[in-house]
Amino acid sequence: MSASPRRRLTIAKAMSEALAHEMARDPRVLVMGEDIARLGGVFGTTQGLLARFGPERVRDTPISETAFIGAAVGLAAAGMKPVVELMFVDFFGVCMDSIYNLAAKQSYFSGGHVTCPLVLMTSVGGGYGDGGQHSQCLYATFAHLPGMKVVIPSSSHDAKGLLLAAIRDPNPVVFMYHKALQGMGWLGTIPRSITHVPEEDFVVPIGKAAVVREGDDVTLVGWGVGVHHALDSAEMLAAEGIGAEVLDLRTLAPLDRESILRSVRKTGRLVVIDDDYRSCGVAAEVIASVCETRDLVLHAAPSRVTFPDVPIPFAPEMERPLLPDAGKVVSATRAQF
Amino acid sequence: MRPEREQRLWMYAMMVKSRAYEQAIKPAYLQGKQPVFNMANGPIPGEMHLSDGQEPCAAGVCAHLGPEDTVTATHRPHHIAIAKGVDLNAMTAEIFGRRSGLSGGRGGHMHLFDPKVNFCCSGIIAQGMGPAVGAGLAAKLSGGRQVAVSFIGEGAANQGAFHEALNLAAVWAVPVVFVIEDNAYGISVSKRESTAVEQNAIRAQAYNMPGVFVPGNDPDAIYAAAGEAISRARRGEGPSLIEIETCRLEGHFMGDAEGYRPNGEVERLKAADPIPRYRQRLIEDGVASADLAALEKRAQSEVDAAFAHARVAEAPAVEDAFEKVFASGAGQ
Repeated sequence: MSASPRRRLTIAKAMSEALAHEMARDPRVLVMGEDIARLGGVFGTTQGLLARFGPERVRDTPISETAFIGAAVGLAAAGMKPVVELMFVDFFGVCMDSIYNLAAKQSYFSGGHVTCPLVLMTSVGGGYGDGGQHSQCLYATFAHLPGMKVVIPSSSHDAKGLLLAAIRDPNPVVFMYHKALQGMGWLGTIPRSITHVPEEDFVVPIGKAAVVREGDDVTLVGWGVGVHHALDSAEMLAAEGIGAEVLDLRTLAPLDRESILRSVRKTGRLVVIDDDYRSCGVAAEVIASVCETRDLVLHAAPSRVTFPDVPIPFAPEMERPLLPDAGKVVSATRAQF
Repeated sequence: MRPEREQRLWMYAMMVKSRAYEQAIKPAYLQGKQPVFNMANGPIPGEMHLSDGQEPCAAGVCAHLGPEDTVTATHRPHHIAIAKGVDLNAMTAEIFGRRSGLSGGRGGHMHLFDPKVNFCCSGIIAQGMGPAVGAGLAAKLSGGRQVAVSFIGEGAANQGAFHEALNLAAVWAVPVVFVIEDNAYGISVSKRESTAVEQNAIRAQAYNMPGVFVPGNDPDAIYAAAGEAISRARRGEGPSLIEIETCRLEGHFMGDAEGYRPNGEVERLKAADPIPRYRQRLIEDGVASADLAALEKRAQSEVDAAFAHARVAEAPAVEDAFEKVFASGAGQ
């Protein structure tokens, strides 16, 4: 049991706290990005850092992603621990080379002699009418690339623990935070994501999924906001006598296949929730990992609840019905019985 | 190149219409977002970037353009769209996410496309610049006199795309004009903190093209500078860069607390609002105030009609989301 009193923080506050904690502990950590210094991050991820650590270690950048993410790769090679924010995952198109050709391959190309302890923080997700260049998830785009880890918390507890683990990891880690959980007043937040966050040092290990609800009849796999859809649907399914186990992946790459298989071996049914585009997604990877396991018996064909293969439309009448929700998870589950 | 009376009235009309438009957006956007501001709610969800203060840039440049000329704009596009002649009803319906909108509600306020007047915009910084070079090159290859104009903010001049597009346009002598609207801030970060040079116009020298800085947010001065650059492009003499000192009277987006601004800045900017200033100058130069009043009334009624249309326009159905992902028909 934790000795500290219960501290309920938003994911934004938990991320800011993790950064401050690690900056105080490790002088190699510095934070940079657009609007992260004086403003404290458009999504509140760097609040209070400029005042506490000063402009040398907390740097507002020009709108020059190719330069500052490339610079972060060089900083990491030189032994620093850069944490870089690019406020929307949609914006990575302009600087992808630094990420997938430099950061992700630095260790490999150098035969392991040069590491890249770099964290890229970025927001994901839609549902609030921000249009197709500010609402994407692109989980699979990043999880596809070898040499890079991808994590996404569903709660503020995990946000702090995953961010500390990400900064300490010797590899590039993409830290995604979902806008529906971020705790910014102007976006609305699923209250369940605001959890107790220990003040003390702790990590949530990268590469380990968590069973957040136990059940025997079906495994619901989610991450980020998908965990909350899964938990909501598990309540609804319980009323129908279906026991749903909810697995929060927490890390998308490397995928914790062991935990997925352990749960599905028990339940024999699998539904994956993924608010990214449908084809070639992380949900597809989870299902394929189960289906290619020879000795695993499924009672029904697995299914995925995803966004379809269309750009995110602006109008709420088009966007919102296409996003995964608890009702769709319940329907997909029922169809397996 | 001095604007004649007719052009000055046109510029004033565009500025007034644009301001009336943003004034109409404000209550519509805030509907459903009060007392708790949640961006997801109301008839216009998502981010809203208003152009109050930047109207002279659009009016002074677009005064030289016809529908056949291409304009690429930014995440803050309304004033430019209006001066380029984008259909006001269809634009407003798009911002409200309606089926009669420019893209049937698929794009929203940062993604306005009107091929009738060759206008488009993008929510990604500096990414309209390459397409403008392409539009200019297409005009050149077809032997036309059309030009392309790419509007960007001053923050975009620190993007790789800015430097690549300038170089490419110069190497290929493309009829394109790059227009920087310098409103002094990229969200919260000031130009001074983010940019190695005081004026981005000087960067044109690196790409062997003319670069001018236009101070004062002055429609007549912008008209003159844009006229030179666009004429040059039409004569086949290649690209130019114009940087306009303008101002953003509102936040980066609606809901921005603007804590990054020095005390008194907004008041100072509002005191120098370019629209009443230009009105006064027109009167001093002999334009009857009754003529201006009539023009203002006409602009307001056009805006009112567009919003009235959008408010009652049919909403799209979810099935519409699956259309237009790919172009239909066989290739030719």
